[in-house]
Amino acid sequence: MKDNPYKIAAYCHIKQQRISLNGDIILENSEIDFPSFIKSVYKHFDTDYPKFFKMDNLSKLAFMAAEIIMRPEKKGLENNQNIALVFSNRASSLDTDRKHEASIKDPNAYYPSPAIFVYTLPNICMGEISIRHQLNSENSFFIFDDFNAHYLSEYTNCLLQDVKAEKVLCGWVELDENTFEAFLYMVAKNGPIAHNVEAINRLYKKSWEI
Amino acid sequence: MGDLKQELKEKIIEQLNLEDISVDDIADAEPLFGEGLGLDSIDALELIVMLDKDYGIKLADPKEGKKIFESIDTMANYIAEHKTK
Amino acid sequence: MNKVYLSYNNIVSSYGFNSEIALDNIKKEISGLEWVDDPTLLPTPFYSSRIDQEKLWQEFTALGIQGQFTRLEKMMLVSLHKVIKASNLPLSSKVGLMISTTKGNIDLLDTENQFSKERLYLSEMGKVISDSFGFTTEPIVISNACVSGILAVAIAKRFIRQGRFDHVFIVSGDLVTKFIMSGFNSFQALSDQPCKPYCNNRSGINIGEVSASVLVTNDPDFLSEEAVVILGEGSCNDANHISGPSRTGEGLYQSIRSALHQANLRAKDLDYISGHGTATPFNDEMEAIAFDRLEMNDIPLNSLKGYFGHTLGASGLLETIVGMHSVHQNTLFATKGFQKLGVSKRINVIKETTAKELTTFLKTASGFGGCNTAVIFQGVK
Repeated sequence: MKDNPYKIAAYCHIKQQRISLNGDIILENSEIDFPSFIKSVYKHFDTDYPKFFKMDNLSKLAFMAAEIIMRPEKKGLENNQNIALVFSNRASSLDTDRKHEASIKDPNAYYPSPAIFVYTLPNICMGEISIRHQLNSENSFFIFDDFNAHYLSEYTNCLLQDVKAEKVLCGWVELDENTFEAFLYMVAKNGPIAHNVEAINRLYKKSWEI
Repeated sequence: MGDLKQELKEKIIEQLNLEDISVDDIADAEPLFGEGLGLDSIDALELIVMLDKDYGIKLADPKEGKKIFESIDTMANYIAEHKTK
Repeated sequence: MNKVYLSYNNIVSSYGFNSEIALDNIKKEISGLEWVDDPTLLPTPFYSSRIDQEKLWQEFTALGIQGQFTRLEKMMLVSLHKVIKASNLPLSSKVGLMISTTKGNIDLLDTENQFSKERLYLSEMGKVISDSFGFTTEPIVISNACVSGILAVAIAKRFIRQGRFDHVFIVSGDLVTKFIMSGFNSFQALSDQPCKPYCNNRSGINIGEVSASVLVTNDPDFLSEEAVVILGEGSCNDANHISGPSRTGEGLYQSIRSALHQANLRAKDLDYISGHGTATPFNDEMEAIAFDRLEMNDIPLNSLKGYFGHTLGASGLLETIVGMHSVHQNTLFATKGFQKLGVSKRINVIKETTAKELTTFLKTASGFGGCNTAVIFQGVK
């Protein structure tokens, strides 16, 4: 594979009711169910974006992880930066798929909801982030069995080398039944950590003692 | 009719996930779309589903929705006239 | 830098089990859409194109692959098998597998079936496909709404350029299911007639099901007759709304510009555009606005949704394959269902099968989430 001069400029991890930014825990929360957890995260960061409450769980998770990383980006910078989004997960939009299925299961109570159906696609979470930050940029959503730093890093390098993007926000946003996790990292020309598979996996696998 | 309007406001807040809006924030004659509540095209479609689910009204032509959902007043009038539940 | 090509290809559709039979019907302007009255799919009847269950079973059984497979997997295995066989390419570590789908085996959510819940996961489906042929690389599933099929082409090219692969097989597919039909119906997006792309009385989409496969390769020794070079690609978000397209066509406009820039071409260098043309009021209007902004008003343009319906995760790839054959045959295919222009900007919609020398074409697609993809191809002659 080709060498690359790119760096990881920032990374955010939401896992097990803890949120870290660049390796430092910035929020811990004892809320057990995801909707309460993510609402408290939204409020904690004074988010002020009413559309958040129309989103499905996966989009709320991705949105807040992106919000936390993008906040420093916003300081003094305009919207419309060319930041590509390269996201992945295992469960696709299954959490919302099940809700849509439930709304059509009983022929005597058949009320499919467009507000639910629109979220039965995993890439919608990237759409929400694009709208929030006005990113007319490249978006790709991959489904893998597990977080795959090899594929993500190569794809990211390609976007940067071909100048399809100036920065790439990439990672893993997974939500399924009782588990949720978001790991997003910003790849750019400058940053403290070299952009390679070893570094990405090291940052991803960082876990905290419970 | 007053009860129906109250009910509609509550349903709209819940159905459309209007988190920081209370019933008192919605005036009877206020336009629901455009400014104010900031409802969009998906919300309009959701209201069509709500008419069916809660009041048994199936719109023959979805384009009718634009007039019906102009305000709480227009919605309440339409429902009072057409409901089957 | 090596060129990247699209080569051997296959279409499994209501027309039959190869690209040629589909192309033959399109050339004769014969639609694959039919009237379907099936309350298990939708309470009211609708138009769709679906693969014949019995014939699919026969084609699949002839493969002699052991194991239990879902309906979608059978479609994909039949389609991909034909491409792998035609290419005669050994599946080494430089050969990738990409699967493009929006919902995969979503029918398993609804019905009582013998498959484990795991099969709902797209990576599981990926493994099933991969293992059936003996791919040695980790499959890549792309699920990016209705641009998935053409985005997979762009992604395959990108991975090949990075050196990860020399070849990538892409298989795409989605099913006509209660899940999908109910959802689009809740959006009031379905037409009760065969769809009419770009037409003044268009009234919405038809959903169809297809599996389409292709070989993407950097090796000129693996080119089929209708092979094309991938000259440029771009995929930009509208950043406007998650279901409604941008009123200025911003994402599509930027995608096409990005593709043109990479291809080092101008709009006038294009001979033909294969549009998305789903026949919703908003989508077709948005495309016209984007094409107009790029001064593409006179380039012959069609939508193929009138033949297959909207095939979701397969549509971008399916329609690209038809484009390849279009160039190879020097024939522009009609926009089935189109009668009179019904968009605010002038575009040149192809009305009937027309002989024309063709070399370079643009494929575009758009989808929920504000996504848009544009890829430019050129015939290898």
